[in-house]
Amino acid sequence: MAAALQTAALLSASHNLIDPQRFRVGLLARSLPGRRGSIFVVRADGRTSGFFNAKSRSGNLITNAVATKADASTSSTASKPGHELLLFEALREGLEEEMDRDPHVCVMGEDVGHYGGSYKVTKGLAPKYGDLRVLDTPIAENSFTGMGIGAAMTGLRPVVEGMNMGFLLLAFNQISNNCGMLHYTSGGQFKIPIVIRGPGGVGRQLGAEHSQRLESYFQSIPGLQLVACSTPYNAKGLMKAAIRSENPVVLFEHVLLYNLKERIPDEEYVLCLEEAEMVRPGGHVTILTYSRMRYHVMQAVKTLVNKGYDPEVIDIRSLKPFDLYTIGNSVKKTHRVLIVEECMRTGGIGSSLRAAIIDNFWDYLDAPILCLSSQDVPTPYAGTLEEWTVVQPAQIVAAVEQLCE
Amino acid sequence: MASLAAFGRSICPTSPLFPAPACGNLGSLLRPVRHHGSGEAAGEAVLQVDNRCSDQVLDFPGGKVMFVPEMRFLPGSPNERINCYRVLDENGQTISGSRFQEVSKEVAIKMYSDMVTLQIMDTVFYEAQRQGRISFYLTSNGEEAINVASAAALTMDDIVFPQYREPGVLLWRGFTLQEFANQCFGNKLDYGKGRQMPIHYGSSRLNYFTVSSPIATQIPHAVGAAYSLKMDGKNACTITYFGDGGTSEGDFHAALNFAAVMESPVIFFCRNNGWAISTPTAEQFRSDGAVVRGQAYGIHSIRIDGNDALAVYSAVHAAREMAVHDCRPVLVEALTYRAGHHSTSDDSTKYRSTDEIQHWKTARDPVSRFRNWVEGNGWWSEAAEVEHRSSTRKELLQAIQVAERAEKPPLSELFTDVYDRVPSNLWEQEKSLRETIKKHPKDYPSDVPV
Repeated sequence: MAAALQTAALLSASHNLIDPQRFRVGLLARSLPGRRGSIFVVRADGRTSGFFNAKSRSGNLITNAVATKADASTSSTASKPGHELLLFEALREGLEEEMDRDPHVCVMGEDVGHYGGSYKVTKGLAPKYGDLRVLDTPIAENSFTGMGIGAAMTGLRPVVEGMNMGFLLLAFNQISNNCGMLHYTSGGQFKIPIVIRGPGGVGRQLGAEHSQRLESYFQSIPGLQLVACSTPYNAKGLMKAAIRSENPVVLFEHVLLYNLKERIPDEEYVLCLEEAEMVRPGGHVTILTYSRMRYHVMQAVKTLVNKGYDPEVIDIRSLKPFDLYTIGNSVKKTHRVLIVEECMRTGGIGSSLRAAIIDNFWDYLDAPILCLSSQDVPTPYAGTLEEWTVVQPAQIVAAVEQLCE
Repeated sequence: MASLAAFGRSICPTSPLFPAPACGNLGSLLRPVRHHGSGEAAGEAVLQVDNRCSDQVLDFPGGKVMFVPEMRFLPGSPNERINCYRVLDENGQTISGSRFQEVSKEVAIKMYSDMVTLQIMDTVFYEAQRQGRISFYLTSNGEEAINVASAAALTMDDIVFPQYREPGVLLWRGFTLQEFANQCFGNKLDYGKGRQMPIHYGSSRLNYFTVSSPIATQIPHAVGAAYSLKMDGKNACTITYFGDGGTSEGDFHAALNFAAVMESPVIFFCRNNGWAISTPTAEQFRSDGAVVRGQAYGIHSIRIDGNDALAVYSAVHAAREMAVHDCRPVLVEALTYRAGHHSTSDDSTKYRSTDEIQHWKTARDPVSRFRNWVEGNGWWSEAAEVEHRSSTRKELLQAIQVAERAEKPPLSELFTDVYDRVPSNLWEQEKSLRETIKKHPKDYPSDVPV
């Protein structure tokens, strides 16, 4: 699909235009053939930290969740490195690698076991690891999130799946009062290395209750980290990073992005949770976005480039905390900021991001920060109406033109 | 009439609607029976079913069920309440014929003296709050047997998820009076680093999870931890405590359901003390207490006299065996009475009679009841009592003085432990706060180290 091709193109483009100070993991691993089996976490300032993982079976890292698919792709594209897969498969691959590496990683959620997950992210895991490590839960989000918290405090590393992010509103009490809080209130005695993940965002006519954007509700909770994936590459990397983090992490996936296809490295890699992703370096304006809106932005960028603009697009990825290093560098270069988000206008990620940029980079701004968000309405069912609650590429083009006047 | 008989014959047993009954003897299985005094109107007739027709079994998801043509509703409450297990009578004498887990002299003395210590802690800390020395306190008056005897029946590997009225469990495990005082005063020696209100104790060393105020959130935590123990194959269980009010929360129901479905080794201990602040149990639920709910979720349950230390000890001992060896959850409902106010922010005489409170404080006191039993065995005496009470009180007052004088946690601890490492935005907020304090030192408390 167009979006997938675009992503692949973007990735290769960004590889070429890379700032030599900042290494891309794939490049580093390829240039050092002797280093197979080691994982690097790439940080924004170019520092890398190597993990030589004593726990993994050395030299036996599983990179493909689905062996047959890999064979099919290598036969047709034997010359290209890496392997192609869909975003939900990338999530599964990341999860499976972590479950192989650490026996304490477990999954719990509704229909994650035998059914394989309603979006197939956990498909095949229950037969492989058993139904205790991939646990089907009754329908009680607050309680299985609470269970996950209790298990995390006792030494497990649970990955709790909300079938839809909106259902995790039922788990808000556990997430806010316990998950984010107990490490602090216990004086550091108990830690909660839990990952809470699930699909959210506006889908295709799923109705208001199934089109929730929970990142705006969760962003205030102290103690949580929030990340949003948008490509198979960052989905796998963020999944692995979230599982390895000692803090509770909420990983936002998007219902419409699960079938994105991309070629990802065969080598093991873990991304940095707090880092934003430079999608398209540019000079005229900084466009900050995340999740599905990244693709609407890139769609608009095509038009903008034809009109002679050179936008810099950053997928912020880390919703809490914001990667103000990357964002700041961009603002200092372009002096104009447009935020494109799927959240509602009031109290969304955009509002906080705007405030953070104003607080830190006011002197570098040549124009007020523009923020395009969804309206403050429940998402309607009718397809045309639903389309208009979400920011469209045409609006993004108009906003950039307005900013650059 | 004839039509009904014909009808009866036609639907039994050769009809495809009915599977062949397990019984061999057929005959006329449906007989119209006329009510006394009624006419021949078909509507007045009642079909009486021959027993042989009820031997029919039907397959639905969930298993086979017996099929009855008689409509009968299960009563909401049974005629008789579930019986309550007790070992000691009101005077502390073992009831003849009672069966219980024996306790050694050492254990019995430790149990009793810890119950007394808990009483003294409650008295002294409550007074300290009234004197303004600590901001808040919550007593366990009347629940000393529940606290200490249940802890005594567990091992140190069993993980405790308390509500907030179970400091006796910590006491049994070795938390010192100084450590209790440090938490209540929120000084720098508090393991919680001064971040929580008094009585929100926690100790990873003693496997006692930090108290979290919201009601019943700890119940699913206990199930999750039990799931973790099960995965590790450990010879241990988890235990979680909650009150009668806590059984109304959604977390309670889902946690019991989960534990049953996942066969996790967890003891659900309900302290049914009759009151949820001002809400009596009659307004909390209409079931026969909490014990009947266990069966609804497929969990073995027992009701015990929570003011009988030996009954509590025996029941928790047996529950632990079941949880660990059969890998299954168990529900224990301990009937008791909250002899004190809900907390220092409550005056329970507003909603219950002082006579009632006095009655439970004196005639039904679990501590003196157990004392009679321990003394009856020759293991305690008045002299020991006086000595223990006075030395404990002295030690506690001393601990409070020390805790009160100790420094509060430094400013940096406001920002640590939110995450595993302090992130940049919190560094900045700390810096900003320090600058503010430097500019306005008079507006800042002098007894908190910067």
